[in-house]
Amino acid sequence: MSDTQHPDSHGSLEPVEEPIPNPGLHTHTWRPTDVDDHARRRAERQVSMLFGLSALCTVAFVVSYFTFKIGDNWDTFAGLGASTVFLGVFLGLALLFIGFGIIQWARKLMGDQEIVEMRHLAASSAEDRTATVEALELGIDESGFKKYKMVRRSLLMAVGLLGAPAVVMLRDLGPLPQQVENASKGTGLNHTLWGVGGTVRVLRDVVGTPIRASDLQIGDLVNAVPDGIFQLHGTALQEAKAKGAVIVVKMSPDEIVSQQGGDEDWSVNGIVVYSKICSHVGCPISLYERTTHHVLCPCHQSTFDLADSAKVVFGPAARHLPQLPLGVDEEGFLVATKDFQEPVGPSYWERDR
Amino acid sequence: MSIDTSKVAESNTTAATAKKPTKAGAVATWADDRLGLGTSMKKQLRKVFPDHWSFMLGEIALWSFVVLLLTGVFLTLWFDPSMAESEYQGAYDPLRGREMSQAMVSAVELSFDVRGGLLMRQMHHWAAHIFIAGMMIHMMRVFFTGAYRKPRELNWVIGCLLLLLGSLEGFTGYSLPDDLLSGTGVRAADGFLKATPVVGTYMSFFLFGGEFPGDAIIPRLYIIHVLLIPGLLLGLIAAHMLLLVYHKHTQWPGPGRTQQNVVGYPMLPVYAAKAGGFFFIVFGVVALLGGLFTINPVWKFGPYDPTKVTAGSQPDWYMGWPDGLLRIIPGWESVIGGFTLSWNVMIPILIVPPLMLTILILLPFLESWITKDNREHHLLERPRNRPTQTAIMVSLMTFYGIAWAAGGNDIIAIKLHLSINQITYFFRVMIFLGPLIAFIITRRWCISLQRHDEEKLLHGYETGIIMRSPEGGYSERHLPISNDAAYKITARPRDEVFVANGRIDENGVAAPGGKLDGLRGKLSALMFADNVQKPTAEELEAARHHAEHEHQLTAALDGHSADGHQFDGHHSVDDETLRGSH
Repeated sequence: MSDTQHPDSHGSLEPVEEPIPNPGLHTHTWRPTDVDDHARRRAERQVSMLFGLSALCTVAFVVSYFTFKIGDNWDTFAGLGASTVFLGVFLGLALLFIGFGIIQWARKLMGDQEIVEMRHLAASSAEDRTATVEALELGIDESGFKKYKMVRRSLLMAVGLLGAPAVVMLRDLGPLPQQVENASKGTGLNHTLWGVGGTVRVLRDVVGTPIRASDLQIGDLVNAVPDGIFQLHGTALQEAKAKGAVIVVKMSPDEIVSQQGGDEDWSVNGIVVYSKICSHVGCPISLYERTTHHVLCPCHQSTFDLADSAKVVFGPAARHLPQLPLGVDEEGFLVATKDFQEPVGPSYWERDR
Repeated sequence: MSIDTSKVAESNTTAATAKKPTKAGAVATWADDRLGLGTSMKKQLRKVFPDHWSFMLGEIALWSFVVLLLTGVFLTLWFDPSMAESEYQGAYDPLRGREMSQAMVSAVELSFDVRGGLLMRQMHHWAAHIFIAGMMIHMMRVFFTGAYRKPRELNWVIGCLLLLLGSLEGFTGYSLPDDLLSGTGVRAADGFLKATPVVGTYMSFFLFGGEFPGDAIIPRLYIIHVLLIPGLLLGLIAAHMLLLVYHKHTQWPGPGRTQQNVVGYPMLPVYAAKAGGFFFIVFGVVALLGGLFTINPVWKFGPYDPTKVTAGSQPDWYMGWPDGLLRIIPGWESVIGGFTLSWNVMIPILIVPPLMLTILILLPFLESWITKDNREHHLLERPRNRPTQTAIMVSLMTFYGIAWAAGGNDIIAIKLHLSINQITYFFRVMIFLGPLIAFIITRRWCISLQRHDEEKLLHGYETGIIMRSPEGGYSERHLPISNDAAYKITARPRDEVFVANGRIDENGVAAPGGKLDGLRGKLSALMFADNVQKPTAEELEAARHHAEHEHQLTAALDGHSADGHQFDGHHSVDDETLRGSH
């Protein structure tokens, strides 16, 4: 093969010796529309008809726009509002008919002689390349870029340092994690509203009522939030929810295998409270199986055993869900006696520092 | 020194006295007087584009990008990227009176209070799916046919970057409405950032402007989505197209189609008409999808609430494969020197996807390093003729597919009534085994197809006519394939196994790269040694000669019905002969 004989030829376009010689381009065959006036006029009519249909659809689109009211009928037609459906259908057809028309025109009426164009190598000609390289080298030489080492190095240093403003300027995108750390407000990675001001009542999510320990039945699961969260709004509310959401579960006290409190008992009469925020990447876990006490995160299927310190029994999570130290206040409502003893949510670099 | 005006005068006169220009010619002349485009347009207007259905796949991506720009501009006129809390009071009554971010309010209002707003939103989302799917399928076509080889490697790199940017653009886009589903995705993204070693929490706090979710993420994602990434996409798409024009399109080998030419229809009018018409078809299909098929119904998901999640939360499909890896990774985490390393997040999100992209980008360079092939390649090859490369891509696709399916392990479990745990264990094994099996099967499959091609070339095609020899043996008659078909099969380069020709030259000096040459030789042998090479002219001649001879032997039986009863002893055989009448 010719290529092996010239391994250095840079991308030669030389013909390769073939076992069968190239038969060459076929002679052009004429289409019916090229030779038959009748066929040609038929094609012309077809194309114009497609364009005409498109125009009709556009008119129908405009009519639909003004005919179909939206608002009340958001699912009257095919699960969508009639306006959406008809606007979409007529716009779609108007566009498709133009597309079909143009392609029919190209296939039937435009010249269909294949033509041949020769290729060129991607590289420029040897003379051009030599001249360019010479000019480049001459330019570099004349600048003295190679010669004046000190100039070169100080310039590179100066320009390189200009990267610093670009990075430094981004500093105020947000506070540093330690700057927002405030136990009395429940902010930062290590604190939640559960630690704000003595004991914090456990409130039902959405309705915000406190939970009486005696009201819970074995097998119950309640989504709950810390007291004080309903005074918050907007961003502060979302941030507090993102860390403070918990699940309250009641099981028979003898079913509890272990808890995270060590010597302290963090449960109340079989009621345990765990963070609802998955320790994997932070989804709220939500699927509870009462017979096994397993709770499953719907995002990545990490499964935790709430009877056994909420340890991971399956899935990608590496850590248990943090447990909330639980008590009862004088009125018999569930309270957190202190904040979570470890950060909730996904792991991070300095988590265990 | 006087200025020579003769040329100017002459050119002025010739321009004025040229044959009467058409209207288009007059416009072109006017423009050329000011822009001087004539020189470059002379060739480009009738530039040749070869025709093949698979060359249309990239166009799908291109045109859906245009649709994205058009519909996206419409959406920006109403969408308000603000996380300020607000009460929804629009037409959709299930959400009326609910507190939600201004972004969600405007997204729902855009859907139900602006005529055509929902259509545009859904078209935008459908077009995004098609954009990324189009790019991906186009990329596979380019790889399977070898269109990424010299001189097109850089265009391959640009294409890979487009795929990455397109996916990021999709993620930033579907996160904007601040609905429950996309908020869950952003929540996970916060987890990814936090898992980054050393700077994780800083990155999270900087992106969210403080603690998750903060009030900065939506406006920031918005400007990334409508300005930063689209700008980069536009620039890279322009470069992709310019390189395509400069290199000229690859073509399939065939009669008259060679390495040196390009055969096809001229840009003006046929290719422009077909491509332009196809734009309308892509646009039209997207409009029909947007009008008839609900996509991302944020009004059903409701506003984002960090304490809520829906079962079956899935990202858009192109984000599914890292999500799948995230689901099947075991819960690995280590604490080293008091610092936490979340391998269960880093491996599936921060390590494997960038690694896969790097492998993809490097494929052309790895191949040319092994083959030491420095030729330009303008003729496409059939996937079967590049068994190892085809197998590598199928193997990568299998990895992608398994990871993607793992991203739907909960859906699979529900639909097929299987255990989520067993499905996950299955994927944990298959993510390694699947690509390997796919590689082996594909490679052998390609080589079998090559053998079949060789068979057809040397012995002709199977006619379906069964011949019975006088001895009682049966055989099928083969007839030669047409010259064009034979040419198409043989129009491919021969693979060469790289042989490290001695590590020491005659002066006793080690050849540069001598050590790596050994490795190169081994890899090259792995890649090419089992391939079937096309026959030489002599082999082909010999085979044809042989076929002719065989044909002669059997020719005499043509038209002579031999149903086997002639010689069964019940008939007179006086007039029967085995080889026709002698």
